[in-house]
Amino acid sequence: MPETGVSSFAFPESLKGQDMVALIVRRIAGLVVTLLIVSALIFLVMDLLPGDPASVMLGTSATPETLAALQKQMGLDQPLLVRYGIWLGQALRGDFGTSYTYSVPVAGLIAERLAVTVPLALLAVFLSVSLALPLGVISAGKRNSGLDYIVGVVSQLFIAVPGFWVGLLLILLFSVSLGWMPAGGFPGWSAGFWISLKALLLPAIALALPQAGVLTRVTRTSVLEVMSEDYVRTARSKGLSERTALWLHAVPNAMVPVVTILGLQFTFLIAGAVLVENVFNLPGLGRLAYQALSQRDVVVMQNVILFFAGLVIVMNFLVDMLYLFIDPRLRAGAR
Amino acid sequence: MRQILRRPTLLAGLIITALLVFIALLSLVWTPFAPTKMQIVHKLKPPLAHGLLGTDQFGRDMASMLMVGAWNSLSTSFLAVAIGATLGTLVGVTVAAIRGLTETVVMRACDIIFSIPPILSAMLFGAFIGAGRFTAIIAIAVFMVPVFARVTLSAARQIWTRDYVMAAVSMGRNRAKITYVHVLPNITNQILVQVTIQLGLAILTEAGLSFLGLGMPPPTPTWGRMLSDSQTFMGQAPWLALLPGSAIALAVLGLNMLGDGLRDLLDPRDNV
Repeated sequence: MPETGVSSFAFPESLKGQDMVALIVRRIAGLVVTLLIVSALIFLVMDLLPGDPASVMLGTSATPETLAALQKQMGLDQPLLVRYGIWLGQALRGDFGTSYTYSVPVAGLIAERLAVTVPLALLAVFLSVSLALPLGVISAGKRNSGLDYIVGVVSQLFIAVPGFWVGLLLILLFSVSLGWMPAGGFPGWSAGFWISLKALLLPAIALALPQAGVLTRVTRTSVLEVMSEDYVRTARSKGLSERTALWLHAVPNAMVPVVTILGLQFTFLIAGAVLVENVFNLPGLGRLAYQALSQRDVVVMQNVILFFAGLVIVMNFLVDMLYLFIDPRLRAGAR
Repeated sequence: MRQILRRPTLLAGLIITALLVFIALLSLVWTPFAPTKMQIVHKLKPPLAHGLLGTDQFGRDMASMLMVGAWNSLSTSFLAVAIGATLGTLVGVTVAAIRGLTETVVMRACDIIFSIPPILSAMLFGAFIGAGRFTAIIAIAVFMVPVFARVTLSAARQIWTRDYVMAAVSMGRNRAKITYVHVLPNITNQILVQVTIQLGLAILTEAGLSFLGLGMPPPTPTWGRMLSDSQTFMGQAPWLALLPGSAIALAVLGLNMLGDGLRDLLDPRDNV
C-alpha cells in the first residue's frame, strides 16, 4: 500500500477478504456521516459567532420589533438543535431555505450558478492535467537535463503566482491590449456552447496554472520514485527501451500520488474559483458567495459554504474510490 | 555555510525572503513617501515618472504602498501560521502519543476543517465579526491546524516506532515526557520546512482575502486590495496590476524555494 500520508480513507489491512461492494457501502456510510458533521459544524459556528443571522441581515439600524419578527420568521427563537433538525429535514427534501435578498429558493439559486462553476472547474482541471502530466513525465525522463531544470523553474513560478492575478494579466493582454477575448461576464449556455466556453477559457487558464505547477512537480517526483523500483528495472533489463519502460510501466504506477494531490488540491481549486469568478465577473457559486456576503444574505452564504465543503468531501471520496481502479495492488487487496 | 552556498534553491530562497523581511521591517521606520498621502496632481504616473514605481489613481506612491503592503502581508501570514502551526503540532503529537480511536476521530475532524477553504470561512467570520486583520488571521490559522496536525502526526508516528522510544516506553516512561524529550526534537525539522511552505500559502490566501475586501480595511495598503483597485485602471495604468502581483509572486516564490532548499538540507532521505 502506498503511504500517501494524507488520505484519511487509507485501506485497513483487515478488509482484504471482503468484497468490493461491502467496502464501497461502508465508504458511502462514512461519507454521509462526514457530510452531516460538516453541516452541524457550520450551524454551530454560526451560532457561536457574535450576533445572529437576523441581526446581520438587518444591520444596526433595525428596530427591536423588526428584528424580533425576522428572528421568529427564520425560526431563530428555537433552540439550536431544533433549528438544525428542521434545516436537515428540509434539506433532505431539497429545500435549502429562501434567499433574503433574491426572495427565491436557495436550492434553485445554487443550481443556476453551478452551471458556471462546474464547467469552469472541469475545464481548469482538464487544462492543468493536460499541461502537467506530459511536463512532469518528460522532466522525470530527462532528469537533470536543461529541460528538467526549465520545467522546474516554470512550475515553481506557476505555484507562486496567485490565480486571480493571472486572471488580471490575461484580461490585460487578451482583452484590453489585443481585444481578442471578452474581459469578463458570461453569456449563458443558452447563447451557444462555444461562446460560453470561450467566456470560460481565460478564467479556466487562470485557475489551472497554479494547479499545473503543483501537479507537474508531483508527477515528476512520483515517476522518478517508480522508475527506481525493481519491476521497472526488471523491465529495462529485459531489453525494453527507456521510453517504453517509462510510459508503459512507470507512468501508470506513478498516477496514485498524482490523483491524491489532484483530489487534495480541490479545496484550493474552489478557493481559486471564488476569486477568479470575481475577477471575470462570472455568475458562478463563488460570485454568489461574495454577493451574499456584501448583501449580508446569511442563508445563501451558509448554504453555499456548506455546498462547497460538501463538494470537496465528495471529491476526496471519489478520489479514494478511484484508487481501487488505478492501483492494481489495492484492487487485489479489496477483492 | 558551505552547505547553503552549494544549494542554489536554498540560497535564492534565503536571499529573496531576507530581502522581503528587510523591506517589510524598513517600512515601519521609513518609506519614500507617506503611503496614504494623496497627491492628485501626480495621479497615475508610470514608474520612474514620479517616485521609483509610479503612483496610483490618488497619486499615492506605489513603492511606499508596496513596502507597507509587504509588512501587512508578512505579519498577517506569520501570525496566522504561528497560531496554526502551534495548535496543529500540539494536536499531532498528542494524537501520535495516544493513537487508537482518538486518532481516527481527531484526524477525521481535521479532514472536515480542511474541506472548508479559508476564503469561505473568512466570509462567514467576516459577516458576523466584520472584516479585518483579525478575521483574516483566524480564517487562515483555522485552515492551517489540520495541515500541521497531519504533518506532525505522520512524522511523530515514525519516531514512536524507533528503538530508543520503544525502550523508553518499556521502561515505563510517561508518554507526555517521551513526546517532549524524544518526539518533538526529532520532528522540528519537518515542522520548520512546513512552516516555510505554509507561509507562502498564507501570503496567497491573505492576498485573496484583501482582494475580496476581507482583509485589512482602507486606507492601509495591502497587496490584495491594490490589485482589486487596479482593475478600474487596467488600460491606462497597467503597472497598478503588475507591481503588487509581482510582489506577491516573488514573496511566495522565495518562501517556497526556501522551504524546498531546507527540506533537501535537513532531510536527505527525501532527495529524489
